Amino acid sequence: MKLPRIRPELLVFAVVGIVVVIGVPTVTNQFYTFMFAKVAIFVCALLGLNLLTGFSGQISLGNGAFMAVGGYTTAILVHTMGVPYWVTIPLAAIVAGVAGLLIGIPALRLSGVYLALATFALALALPPILNHFDTFTGGHQGIVMPPVSAPFGLDLSQEQWLYYMCTGIAGLLFAFAWGVVRSRTGRAFMAIRDSETAATASGVSLAFYKTLAFGLSASYAGVAGSLLAIATSFINPDSFGLGLSLSLLVGVVIGGLGINFGAVLGALLVVWLPHFAEKASGVQIGSLSFAGKPDILFGAALILIMLFAPNGAAGLMLRGWRWYLAKRTVTRLPLSGASAAK
Amino acid sequence: MTAFLQQVVSGIATGCIYASLALALVLIYRAMDLANFAQGEMATFSTFMSYSLIEYAHLDFWTAFAITIALSFVLGVAIERVVVRPFEGKPVLTLLIVTLGLFTMFNGITGQIWGYVFKTYRGGFPSEPVVFGGLYINKQDIGVLGVVLVMLLLLYLFFSRTKAGLAMRAASLYPDSSKLLGVRVGWMLALGWGLAASVGAVSGMLVAPIIFLDPNMMQSILLFAFAAAVLGGIESPLGAVVGGITIGVLMALVGTYIPGGQDLRLAFGLIVIVVVLLVRPSGLFGRASVRRV
Repeated sequence: MKLPRIRPELLVFAVVGIVVVIGVPTVTNQFYTFMFAKVAIFVCALLGLNLLTGFSGQISLGNGAFMAVGGYTTAILVHTMGVPYWVTIPLAAIVAGVAGLLIGIPALRLSGVYLALATFALALALPPILNHFDTFTGGHQGIVMPPVSAPFGLDLSQEQWLYYMCTGIAGLLFAFAWGVVRSRTGRAFMAIRDSETAATASGVSLAFYKTLAFGLSASYAGVAGSLLAIATSFINPDSFGLGLSLSLLVGVVIGGLGINFGAVLGALLVVWLPHFAEKASGVQIGSLSFAGKPDILFGAALILIMLFAPNGAAGLMLRGWRWYLAKRTVTRLPLSGASAAK
Repeated sequence: MTAFLQQVVSGIATGCIYASLALALVLIYRAMDLANFAQGEMATFSTFMSYSLIEYAHLDFWTAFAITIALSFVLGVAIERVVVRPFEGKPVLTLLIVTLGLFTMFNGITGQIWGYVFKTYRGGFPSEPVVFGGLYINKQDIGVLGVVLVMLLLLYLFFSRTKAGLAMRAASLYPDSSKLLGVRVGWMLALGWGLAASVGAVSGMLVAPIIFLDPNMMQSILLFAFAAAVLGGIESPLGAVVGGITIGVLMALVGTYIPGGQDLRLAFGLIVIVVVLLVRPSGLFGRASVRRV
């Protein structure tokens, strides 16, 4: 395999990126460190949704429900069986993944609008179901878990440990998603997204790959849900409502459908924008006061992104990068041309 | 038995509300093969407008009702022209995301203007029972039934007797031929959105006196409306009505006879949607669709 030549600019970006990611919790306070841990958690969830919606073209409004499955797997195991929390993370991925496969099988026969309908119903119906079976889930009161602390006597605060753990897992999942997209499986996903007929004609099994996409996406959501439960040491049905599923969709669309890096941008947005909106609420400029919730902005952004930048913020960055490359080549060309003429 | 009939009767009334929102969904689905996820939130917005007209402009319910229907129509047309039109002919995924954008936006706008505190909404009918053949029937339920029947009659007359209604049907069935015959297909879509917004507004104003008014009030009703539309065949207006009433009765019975059924009503909505889509995707009254590839 021929590796593409790495441009020095990319190397600089990568080094700066790694330094920032590692350095964040050493310079921010507890709250901000916790918020960045939450960003990492949302990166996991958005990577999964991007595999499903961005790469294989199946919409899901129900990934919040898979996060709930992962979160409750962790909470119930830790709370009732005293399983160490880190053991429950892969288990949450498996349980949520199986749930995703089970949903994925009927979803095979549903496409487009109908799939959206069924997953929308799933997102709405799950919280009341969780409330109903309160012997397992604790109902509205939810489940409280013991807070986690850094292992091996590492000198890290609770938030710092959560941050490094979540970021590490998000990094692993990112690498895995990167690999999946560039593999045979990823190509099959994209073939299905671009044309189911053409994909079938090329020998791609729709049933297998569509179900697989659902399962993978649900596993990612399960890990995110599990991490969220661990990070907040608390879980209740109301945190996994339709709002969560919608904000995942907002994040993946604004971040960039079909670009893995979009998950990072999307996660930064859906975690931080509500925080800033809350801070800005009550601020008055003339007769205009800011809303405490960023919903109007999110909604408008969804529509504008679909209109002007279907690949979201990551797509725009990619476009900017290509423009920069093109500009560099263009500015070099006349110079070399001039020297040749001499 | 009386208790059972009692539930059926009240289920029919709630079912009429689901039916009217389902009808709004069907109107848009027929026009452009799209499930409008924003329908419920648009209806909520309209209902809050009527709330303001009643509480702050001191209009009586029926004047506010009429004004709200007209304003919702304008709103629906405007949304189609401004927001949806640039996306005509785009993939379903794109259109769905746009309706979800509208959903989020309307939810936010309603919350921003009217706040998230639950409000009592004074409807057009008194909430008191009349005894009829041993059954207690709420006057409100009779009123809901009456309003929905009148609305259905008007819509039927519009689509079968008026030029605009016929043109709309033609535009959705044969867009190209209609264009050649001078039907302005684009505007017919806008008209469809306007009508859907009005019909949705009616469902919101009918349900608000029964439940409390809040920005999220139509979300579960939207789920039942989707279930109704899918059950009836998502292209069939008659199906939407029959489906809505069936779902209404079913949910009333689930809520009463299954322990903890109130919590599980949404789950039953999900089950209805999934089972119908798997067993008979065209629903009760829809035609099996043949897709050209």
